Formats: sequence, C-alpha cells, structure tokens
Amino acid sequence: MSDFASNINESILQNFPNVTHVLDNYGDHNYFIDKVDIHGVVEFLKNEGFIYLTDLTGSHYPDKENTEFQVVYHIHNLVQNVRFRLKVDLSQNDTHIPTVTDLFAGANWMERETFDFFGIIFDGHPNLTRILNVEDMDYHPMKKEYALEDETRTDKDDTFFGR
Amino acid sequence: MVKVVEAPAGIEGQGFFATSFDTVIGMARANSLWPLPFATSCCGIEFMATMGANYDLARFGSERMSFSPRQSDLLIVAGTISKKLGPVLKQVYDQMAEPKWVLSVGACASSGGIFDTYSVLQGIDHVIPVDVYVPGCPPRPEQIIEGILKIQELARNESLRRRDSPEYRKMLESYNIQ
Amino acid sequence: MSDLDLQNKKVAAFASTETIDGEIATLNLGPTHPATHGIFQNVLKVDGERILSAEQTVGYIHRAFEKLAERRPYNQITPITDRLNYCSSPINNMGWHMTVEKLIGAEMPKRVDYMRVIVMELARIADHLVCNSVIGVDTGALTGFTYMFQEREKIYDIYEEICGARLTTNVGRIGGFDRDFNKEFITKLRAFIKEFPKKFDEFGSMLERNRIFMDRTIGAGPISAERALSYSFAGPNLRAAGVDYDVRVMKPYSSYQDFDFEIPVGNDGDTYDRFIVRQREIKESLKIIEQALENMPQGAYHADIPSFYLPPKEEVYSSMEALIYHFKIIMGETPIPQGEVYHSVEGGNGELGYYLVSDGGRTPYRLHFRRPCFIYYQAYPEMITGSMLSDAILTMSSMNVIAGELDA
Repeated sequence: MSDFASNINESILQNFPNVTHVLDNYGDHNYFIDKVDIHGVVEFLKNEGFIYLTDLTGSHYPDKENTEFQVVYHIHNLVQNVRFRLKVDLSQNDTHIPTVTDLFAGANWMERETFDFFGIIFDGHPNLTRILNVEDMDYHPMKKEYALEDETRTDKDDTFFGR
Repeated sequence: MVKVVEAPAGIEGQGFFATSFDTVIGMARANSLWPLPFATSCCGIEFMATMGANYDLARFGSERMSFSPRQSDLLIVAGTISKKLGPVLKQVYDQMAEPKWVLSVGACASSGGIFDTYSVLQGIDHVIPVDVYVPGCPPRPEQIIEGILKIQELARNESLRRRDSPEYRKMLESYNIQ
Repeated sequence: MSDLDLQNKKVAAFASTETIDGEIATLNLGPTHPATHGIFQNVLKVDGERILSAEQTVGYIHRAFEKLAERRPYNQITPITDRLNYCSSPINNMGWHMTVEKLIGAEMPKRVDYMRVIVMELARIADHLVCNSVIGVDTGALTGFTYMFQEREKIYDIYEEICGARLTTNVGRIGGFDRDFNKEFITKLRAFIKEFPKKFDEFGSMLERNRIFMDRTIGAGPISAERALSYSFAGPNLRAAGVDYDVRVMKPYSSYQDFDFEIPVGNDGDTYDRFIVRQREIKESLKIIEQALENMPQGAYHADIPSFYLPPKEEVYSSMEALIYHFKIIMGETPIPQGEVYHSVEGGNGELGYYLVSDGGRTPYRLHFRRPCFIYYQAYPEMITGSMLSDAILTMSSMNVIAGELDA
C-alpha cells in the first residue's frame, strides 16, 4: 500500500468505526460500509481528493441471508492514483440507501440504472425513474429470479435445441 | 466484356419507343429508390460504409438518403430494434407513402440476432411487413448491396395494382396498419 | 455560487426578459433523427432558436448485455463486448480478455502485449475518424466524411488479416491471440502507416484552421473541468476540458509504459477542443503503432495457460491432454477462481471498465460494464442550455455518443 493510501485508510477507520477494510489478492482496497455511513465516507473521501466517481452499480446475492443486495462504488483519486471500492450491503426487506448525487453529478444516471435493474431505492435522488427499460415494466430484470428471455413469447420452438 | 442492359419489350420507331406502363414505371421506380436509413447500431456503421466511396450505393439510384419518411421509398432498418423503439418504427413506416419497401439489414432486425432477451424485439416483422431480409452480423457491404438489388427486382416487377389488392390490404390489417 | 446555479440564473433571466414573442416551444429531437447519430431522444424547450432545457430518454437499444453475460461462458462473452462501442470493437475485446486474465492471474508474454497495442491503437484511430468526420458533416463539410471512411476501409482490411471480420471483430483469445501476425498484415500495416498521414493531414487542413469551422465550433457546448470531473467524464471529452486523465498512463496495461506518446489536452471543453484533441490523438496513436512495430519482440503469440487457451488442432487430434483441454474450454468448464476484479482500459471514449464477480462457475456471476458514453451523456442538457439549436446538434456529435455503449 502506498503511504497516501495507508494514511487515508487509517483516517477512514478512525472516523467511521463501523467500516471494515479488506485488501484482496488483486491489490484492490475493499471497504464494507453501512448504509448510514456511506454518504459520510464518500464526502470524506471527496474532501481528501477522491473527486472521481468511476462507477456505481449493484449486485444481487439471493443466497446471502439479510444481505441480498450490494451497492458497489468505485472511487478514484486522480492525483495520487489510488482507487477504492466501497461496498454497502442491503437486505431485501429494506433496499433504501442515501444518494450521492449531491456530491457527484455523475451518480445521477448510475443510480437510476441500479434502480432500474435491481429495485434499490436511493433516498434523495432528484428523479428516480427507469432509464434503460420501458417505463411500464413492473419488475427489476437483473434480479436472479428473472429469466433472460422474454417469457411471453409464443413463437419459439425449442424442441430440437438443447439448452 | 461490356454487358449492355437490354431494352424492355416494346415497339420501336424513329424517335419513339412504346412499351407498357408497368415496365416503364417499374424501371423508373427500381432505379431511383430513395432510402430512409433507420440505422440503430453496428449495422448502421456497415451501412454507412456501404454508402461510402468504396462500396458506393449511389450508383444504384440511392443517391439521396432522405431522412423524412414522407419523401422516401425504401425503409432500411439496420440494427437492433428494442421493444421501446417498436412503436417509433411503426410510426415511421406509417408515415411513408405508397409504394414503399422495407429492407431488414442484419440479424438483429431480421430475428433478434444474438440478443434473445426480454428487451429486444425478435424481428421487425412483428411490427411491420418486410420485403427483403439480409442476414449477417453485420452483413458485409456486398450483402447489403445484394439486398438492395433484390428490392430493385421487386420494384421493377411489381404490378401497378398490387397495393390496392385485397391480399395486400389483409396483410396490412394483420399488422394493425390502416 | 456553483457553475450550475450560475447557468440556471442566466437562462432564467434570458427567458424572462429577452423572449421575442414570449412563447416557449417544445421540440422533440429524436429518437430517429438524421443529425443525432444514434437513437436517443431529447425533448427540448426552445425559445426561437435558443434552448432553455432538455429532457433525455435513452434505452432505445437496450439489449441487456449484463444479463446476457450471466448466461454465457467467459469465451462467449467476447462477441457481446464487441457490440458495446462498435466503432472500436477490438479495444472492448482486449479489455475483456485482460479482465479475465487479471482474475485468473495470468501473465502475458511481451509479444502479445505489443500485438494488442497495435490492434487497439488502430481501433482508436478508426473510432476518432468516425467522430471527427461526423463533426465535419454536421457543420456541412460532407467530403471529409467520404475521404475518412476510405481510410477506415483500409483499417478494416488490416483487421481482416488478424481476425476475419470488419466491424465486430471478436479478436483475440483469453491468453493472447489465436494466430500470429502474418506477412500480409505487416505489409498492409506498413502501407497504412506510410499513406495515412498524408490523407489525414488533408482532412485536417480542410477543417482545423478553417474560419467557418472555427466560428461554428468554438464556444459550442462548453463544459468546465470541475463539472466534467463531477460528471465522471472520461476520454477525449475530459481531456478537452483540461484534465489529463488517460488510463493508459495512470494504470498502464499491456505494456503501454514502454511507449513514448503524449496526451493532448484542451482548455475550454467546447466542440473545437474536442475535435482538435481527437485529431492529435490520432497522430499519437499512429506514433504508438510505429513504435510497437519497430520494437516487436519475438516470442509466443499467446500465454501458456492450457486450461483457458485452446491448444493447436494438431495436438488435439494426437494428444489426450490437449483433447481434454479442448473439450473443457469449449464447453465452458474452465477453472475460473472465485473473486471479484475491476479492470479498465482506455476506450475510444474514455475509461471502459469491467467489474467482474465470479463464483467459480462457468459463467460470470455478475458482470458490469462501466460505459463512458452512458456516464457523460447525462451532462448534455447542462452543456447545451442557453445555446442555439445548431450548436446543440454539433455538441451531440462532438461528444461521440455511441448508442451501443449508451444503452448496453
């Protein structure tokens, strides 16, 4: 770990005691954060020079009890060339998480896409509506229980096709 | 060896050539198809390459790409059509004036292609009637040109009363097109 | 006050004091529109020619790539990565292969790295050629488009030697390439390097210092560096705004640290800067290709990872292990470890990232594409508010929004 990264690491762990840090074997820094702390952590990092939100997405782990959804943030410090991955676990009974659009304007559509695909609700988002799918779709397609294909098709004949 | 195009059957004389309306109008239509490129994705770039100087499409009469449906004859649908875009495609088709032909370029437009997913329309023939399908992902410009040539053949040999016939009207009704 | 507030105030003031007949019209730009190169819709509120606000709708070619990727084994995902930014599809393919190689921990031989660099830089040239000639078309210079597409045909010829396809290339394998560069490839590449600069300079001389072009494009659709960073811009759009962030330099992959090239950076972030940044980047890419060709090391064109890389056909027919490996790789039963990894490459439009979560199965558990077009397109309303309608069209084409990458 570079000096800058280890200093930031210490500051985060000091200021936000509920955060855990894992350095995985690809050399990436992963932080596991509660949803109540996420806005504070992102703001703290932004003030420390992490002014580039590379990516914001979600994942669905239906097998993990109480932490079925996970929101993943990739945040980047361009000057010191340090990247962090922030992860927030959410239960399927309470998929609310505070938004970071007030800190990063680019998070707007990224959060809309995550909502569209997983149904994760970002509190405080200016316009949380579907972005890529049709507006009147009533389910969130990236969840594992839904199939890839269109279930309402009648013209497919899979008799001779081994799937 | 130079291949000269044969003149259609007709009566020739000093300074005039008499033939049937069908033939003349068919020839005129076939050699002046104005396409409307409805280019969505990757096939659109191959279509742009077909329009370019290497595989020139203009020599077949398609010099002017009209982007207004009211002024075009041939709707070239190149690229994936999603369910969100289906009604838009239908509206564009409705706005075109008869006679009109539809060329479906690429696997995605013809049948959904490799995207057998919940959001992709599995072929534009679910919403509009199609005349010629060009398979490929993306098809080479030569294949697109062959598709255009087939449309030209259709246009050349079409009878003038076809668009008023009951079969044609029945087909349009099956697509909910008035 | 922030940039955004200032701009909003300006527009509100304009709308209330300077409207000629006081009527605000709603103009629907798209989704099928000749000037928007791609399928996206903008509902604009205009007063005469001046734009007051824009509301965007995207998703018209949403093809569910991320869900599709959960169904396909790792080798079969390469064709769908092609169709993200289809103007420069080799870069997407290479990025995906490098992500999987990072996950499995495979090191590539130097020759593979150099071969990848050549193919990726050719793709970058192809992508920027499309964007710049389309900016020319939108200002009325249609000839540049025809000439530059001829150059793209030459690049297609070169692609055909390495992978057989023109546009959606599906080039390379996890572990390198399936075949070495043959003599034809080298000949065509050398011919390209020799003849391209002349033709390209002709195109540049037509537009770069052209009074009409400069008047049209300077000041059209500006964005400041702070707003660009807040919107997570990347690639030429960000560099035109003044921030020199290039993934090839910050986190070098595929031996980019061996090459000597510059990163052109603009000032104002308007259309002219984006055009010039792309022009210079084409020159830099050509330099990189020359260097890679000069210094190409000898060696294998693929890594020695038999459980992921198909063995040669002669061995499959004679040796038992090769047959078993071949069978397992084709059926997708490769020993992918569990883990998650994020890898990014510098695509034609910026940082193209792959976030891959693997649970050890034959298909990815979760694959997310960090698509630069999707992320920077959301800044479009801010860039065009207060400008004229024709500037809005020009801004759109200068941002190089590729619909495949926008919707995925």
